[in-house]
Amino acid sequence: MSTAATTRIVGAPVPRKEGVDKLLGRAQYLDDLEFEGLWHGATVRSTIPRGIIRAIHFDPRINWSEFTVVTAFDIPGRNYIQLIFDDQPCLADERVNHCDEAIVLLAHPDRQRLREAAAAVRIEYDPLPPVFTIDDSERRDVIVWGEDNILKSFLLEKGDVDSAWSRAAHIVQGEYRTGAQEHLYIENNGAIAAYSEDHGITVWGSLQCPFYVHKSLMAVFNLAADKVRVIQAETGGAFGGKEDYPSIICAHAALLAMKSGHAVKIVYDRMEDLAATTKRHPSRVRHRTALDADGKLLAMDIEVATDGGAYRTLSSTVLSRATLHSPGPYACPNVRVRSRAWATNTVPYGAFRGFGAPQAIFAIERHMDEIAAAIGIDPIELRRRNFLRTGDTSATEQIMRDPVILDQLLDRALSESSYHARRARFAQENQTNPVKRGLGISAFYHGSGFTGSGERYLNSLAGVDVTPEGTVRVLVSSTEFGQGTNTILTQIAAESIGIDYADVVMAPPDTGIVPNSGPTVASRTSMVVGRLIQSAGTQLLQMLREHAGLGDAFTREEFFAACERYRAAHGEVVSLCRYQAPPDIYWDDETYRGEAYGAYAWCVQVAQVAVDTITYSAEVEDFWSVQEVGRVLNPVLAGGQVEGGIAQGIGYALYEKVVWQNGRMANNQMTNYIMPTAEDVPPIHVFFEEIPFAYGAFGAKGIGELPHDGPAPAILNAIKDATGVSFTAIPLLPEDMFARLAEPASVEEPATV
Amino acid sequence: MSATWPPIRMIVNGAPRKVSVPPMKRLLDVLREDLRLTGAKEGCGEGECGSCTVRMNGELVNSCLIPVLQADGASVETVEGLAGDGRMHPLQQAFLACGGAQCGICTPGMLMAATHLLDRNPHPTMAEIREGLSGNLCRCTGFTRIFQSVIAAASQSEPATSEQSSQAGSPTSGIRQWSDHAR
Repeated sequence: MSTAATTRIVGAPVPRKEGVDKLLGRAQYLDDLEFEGLWHGATVRSTIPRGIIRAIHFDPRINWSEFTVVTAFDIPGRNYIQLIFDDQPCLADERVNHCDEAIVLLAHPDRQRLREAAAAVRIEYDPLPPVFTIDDSERRDVIVWGEDNILKSFLLEKGDVDSAWSRAAHIVQGEYRTGAQEHLYIENNGAIAAYSEDHGITVWGSLQCPFYVHKSLMAVFNLAADKVRVIQAETGGAFGGKEDYPSIICAHAALLAMKSGHAVKIVYDRMEDLAATTKRHPSRVRHRTALDADGKLLAMDIEVATDGGAYRTLSSTVLSRATLHSPGPYACPNVRVRSRAWATNTVPYGAFRGFGAPQAIFAIERHMDEIAAAIGIDPIELRRRNFLRTGDTSATEQIMRDPVILDQLLDRALSESSYHARRARFAQENQTNPVKRGLGISAFYHGSGFTGSGERYLNSLAGVDVTPEGTVRVLVSSTEFGQGTNTILTQIAAESIGIDYADVVMAPPDTGIVPNSGPTVASRTSMVVGRLIQSAGTQLLQMLREHAGLGDAFTREEFFAACERYRAAHGEVVSLCRYQAPPDIYWDDETYRGEAYGAYAWCVQVAQVAVDTITYSAEVEDFWSVQEVGRVLNPVLAGGQVEGGIAQGIGYALYEKVVWQNGRMANNQMTNYIMPTAEDVPPIHVFFEEIPFAYGAFGAKGIGELPHDGPAPAILNAIKDATGVSFTAIPLLPEDMFARLAEPASVEEPATV
Repeated sequence: MSATWPPIRMIVNGAPRKVSVPPMKRLLDVLREDLRLTGAKEGCGEGECGSCTVRMNGELVNSCLIPVLQADGASVETVEGLAGDGRMHPLQQAFLACGGAQCGICTPGMLMAATHLLDRNPHPTMAEIREGLSGNLCRCTGFTRIFQSVIAAASQSEPATSEQSSQAGSPTSGIRQWSDHAR
């Protein structure tokens, strides 16, 4: 807040940069782009979860000479989607490891003919036994990946957990499970590709990370960097669902474009998108916790298991974040986290807002309420006694140097929600009302930016330039997909340089134009990339002052005149900055010790839930979220991020269930996969405490993922408060509540040992 | 391939249009492909998400569910027709100021539903706003700022009652400050 008074544009509710185009309906999303002689592409997919491909049959009643047909044999480079490890094929060739794995690609100018042809391709298999769940994979009766079905494992150890049990006054254990969650961006995945000998491949896509796609296409096509160009179209929602998958669909469109000689568009319909693309990792987290007689944590023994699906894709990094968020925002001298990602024969799970943290936080924040009940302390008091505070040491032995204000966030959440008064009222009303009301809280952090040494490996480059037409452009590969990249980064540039918001635009999100500022993920754009833009602005002013006579104070005209003088002398006006890690950051990937994240955003949420004991439905009636995300760069956008994340978190807890049949999503329609509507979302009250972070853009930390982390445990804690029944798995649907609430004497005490 | 289909005539955003397309072609595809009005989007293709919402003869419809033959002789309004004389519709201005659009893919349909709501009910209660927009899914905003946008637009002609804005919080004060950018 100390810097609030000194900024003009940062901190102001300036309108969304591309907002007018979106509101007029003229923003160009992938499917809105027009191309001459465009062909359409379709994908023939596996219909079994695991097996050997014996033959591909093309029905002779189709005139296949009209079609472009692509299989794995047409791939000029390596048949792998490049991400972290190379194990996911671009097109299955010898075997399939999940349903809806792409095997054959078809292109034709007419969509109807294409559909008929796709239905006329039959794949013959020798089926192999599949594995569908964490528990099955763990049993290892069937090995479906590597030697042991383990995609990745981590061990985090602090202190000596094993010696703590004998000293404990209480030991509480519990097991918590979360289901798959679909991103349900309203715009499905899509890509358009064109190929020419001279220019190589150009793809347009609905995507988050242009350089991920760029890297992947270089490998699949064995092309040099300058022969692959990736352009982001306006993107209609992503939430992580367009982090890794676009590398696949863009490669498919490009294979068809190269072979057909036409530009080719692939746009999935909703059923294909739901069945074939990534979702949030299901999880099972076990806690065993030792406490002393005062309710202080002595030891936390945590076992995290995630379902990774058929290939490794991003499961290692999702597991890493789950591991690092599993102990919650608590100080504990002895912590052990053993975590594993298990292979199963489903579509690989991928990035989704929170990236492992929502699963881990669901477990610890439900577990805290279970501990409180078991040892007879109020859940709020239990949290207070154990909160991390400034100067404390985290599970990775990171010293919390920046202020940690969980007590303040909790106090504000309790007062804004009139927590105690409401709870007293519900206790009265619940005695006679068949609708039982309760309140639940969750407290948590979310690490901003890449984990550990990740930001150093990314080595991001970003900056600004000035065009001869007199516009300042932000040069980044960080993309806009609703979360506000365009607005925030142009605000930062305008503020840093000292010109108007209207004078700054985003350079096109095109790998042929912009530098690699890293992927648009991990709540890193405002904090990390924004900081580079701030520095690039300062550096630009320095250049203009030293070499083009710009004064200390200047008008708009003087600024652009100085830019032209600089251009005349140096050819172009561009200022780029490369990421530099803050000092005193240490991380050891082997032992998982050190500064896990450069900064943490903190949050306390309160949910008010009403459980109808006649219909067994639970409704979130009111919701409060108090967070500290560093400096708020744009209050309208920041509020929108929090509200949207909470709505998604409510869906995660109470509505959104992926129904599996033989490893395939059976409810792959919006009719059957239910997200919260305008009628379901409660009033959401959002409050920020601002403590500027020294190394973030104008003090900003990450915000995008944080709000999704907390609603599910807060809601299930509220349901326990309302009904006395502990539920430990999400999604929690009325039929699940019926199964427990309808039983007499179904109140189950947490296991105390 | 280019069979001569009987012409379908519509008034689209006030202008007469004629297309010769298969009669079972979806109105959404005719708007997007034949008339190049790509504001309406396909999100689900089954009338659940509302991103293809347009008005037909004054009624709100999912254009992905309408065979174009049903639109023969109809008046059709799309998001492209909302702004007039280079000035955005009050709802568009309010969405911009209040943060009612994030990724923007649901926005054209949401704006049509909101327009329809305010045309029939200029000062809706929160419950009426929720019901009026319940056929349109937004995955980004959690709806809160969409509600605020509708309240702000409704209050532009006459002041809103306190009851209307109490639940969603007051619309952002940014609305007047930035309305110049909204054109």
